[in-house]
Amino acid sequence: MNSEPSATVPTGDVAQFARGPRMRAWEWALWGAALLSWFVLPRQAPLLNEMAILALFAISLDLILGYAGIVSLGHAAFFGTGAYVAALFAKHFVADPVAGLAVAALAAAMLGLLTSVLVLRGSDLTRLMVTLGVALILYELANRFDKITGGADGLQGVVMGPLLGRFAFDMGGRVAYLYSLTVLIVLFFIARRVVHSPFGYGLRAIRDNPQRATAIGIGSNVRLAAVYTLAATYAGIAGALLAQTTGFASLDVYDFHRSADVLLVLVIGGVGWLYGGLIGAVLFTLMHEILSGLTPQYWQFWIGLLLIVLVLAGRGRIGRMARRLLPPRWRAAAGKDSP
Amino acid sequence: MTAPVLETRGLQKHFGGIVATQDVSFNLMRGARHALIGPNGAGKTTLVNLLTGLLVPSGGHIFLDGTDITAMPTHRRARKGLVRTFQINQLFDSLTPLESIALAIAEHRGSGAHFWRALARDAAVADEAAALLTRLHLADVMLVPTASLPYGKRRLLEIALALASQPRVLLLDEPVAGVPSTESREILDTLAALPADVTVLLIEHDMDLVFRFATHISVLVNGAILVEGTADEIARDARVRAVYLGDAVVGSRDG
Repeated sequence: MNSEPSATVPTGDVAQFARGPRMRAWEWALWGAALLSWFVLPRQAPLLNEMAILALFAISLDLILGYAGIVSLGHAAFFGTGAYVAALFAKHFVADPVAGLAVAALAAAMLGLLTSVLVLRGSDLTRLMVTLGVALILYELANRFDKITGGADGLQGVVMGPLLGRFAFDMGGRVAYLYSLTVLIVLFFIARRVVHSPFGYGLRAIRDNPQRATAIGIGSNVRLAAVYTLAATYAGIAGALLAQTTGFASLDVYDFHRSADVLLVLVIGGVGWLYGGLIGAVLFTLMHEILSGLTPQYWQFWIGLLLIVLVLAGRGRIGRMARRLLPPRWRAAAGKDSP
Repeated sequence: MTAPVLETRGLQKHFGGIVATQDVSFNLMRGARHALIGPNGAGKTTLVNLLTGLLVPSGGHIFLDGTDITAMPTHRRARKGLVRTFQINQLFDSLTPLESIALAIAEHRGSGAHFWRALARDAAVADEAAALLTRLHLADVMLVPTASLPYGKRRLLEIALALASQPRVLLLDEPVAGVPSTESREILDTLAALPADVTVLLIEHDMDLVFRFATHISVLVNGAILVEGTADEIARDARVRAVYLGDAVVGSRDG
């Protein structure tokens, strides 16, 4: 085919393309800081654990929303399923956390695969309603079968075994945080590889232009089902981490606010670059902590206000304004990390 | 030229009471340079949509290499080498041209579902993509997001995306519509340089272009094929002049 050597191929551009998936310095710094937090902030371990779990949950949503363009208002369906399965598995079968995590992941994956059929077709509105509907159904099922789930009182008496048979979960939550952080890091880097792969680019192609994606040979249904299942697995693992590290699961894990919060996290951090989930989770959890400390009753007021400002003014514009306030030396560095 | 590569038999498409495609039976021979012409609303794009599977026919059959593909989904037809361009650009706006083309090449090579190795790390794919973009005069914008490309470049990318799949049958839906003359010459040169065994069906309004490019022409009127023949025959055909070329011969239409 390349019979026409009329112009020279710019190899520099190809080389730059090949460097694309490489880790940037700021990425190493970010993960270094996350690890460092375990050492320098031992008393904040429960809060950090919460952040790590929320970040994983948000990364899960980013896989379908940011990359494949599937909007969801019911991502808690998978989070909650992971949480209940992990808690029940520990209570009735094996207390080992890693085994529980695997079982919860499998359960959420199966639920994801089953419900993926419902989101393959239809407009954004259809998808919003269908995902919301699935989460509502699961919430009420957990409510109805309270003999198994503990209903509104929650599932009491979940005792986790020591991690890897050696490290018991401590009261200070440091083992828990290290556990969640490790799982987050492993799953993040798997997701990072996936989004840089042909499969990941195919998802973006489907999101950008489904008609053309099909025309270049992409079977959208299988791809979307696959990423939906993957995202469900991630969300299930996040839910399982919550249940395991707090030793508790209640109807709250299926609650609508979980699905809404995680969407909010992505709005704060930005969709379609994975780090949005991480940064959004840190900011959201901090805001929650600070605002609910200041005004316990009304913290959602501020979250609501922020949400409106973010979508109307746009993250980019706010970022540029914020950068203008920085000293010139810092501006270049700060400009690098936006999607 | 032996057996037809693409063949339709009694193809029909109704939209409610409107007949968009009427009993269309035609053959595309291997390596053909065939043009499909017809007045606005004749059903040319509908026919392409039927051939590629974007629309489901109300009746009739489509064969690719003798195999019935009437019920085959679009992406499978594409993988079998039945590839099209769109009248209105259909691009991946958030990807760069290099990413778009590399993806299309990866899909064609069967590595599109690979989920572990980075697309950009597949040197063979990246090199082929860069070579194709260079051939289509897109080398200077390879790393620019598609959304910010000017129209002419977007049109070239539209063509490049189809070529990336290494089509065996290429359906071109008004490839140079609205393109500035420099880019339109670049597109025509690229099409002229396609390997001889690639079968091309060109849908076009520009008669100069049609007669320059095509050896065979089918004329579609009101969803049905009015006449078919070599370029010379079509140029001389009185009916064609009446309904399409707008010549002085009027009155031969009897409904």
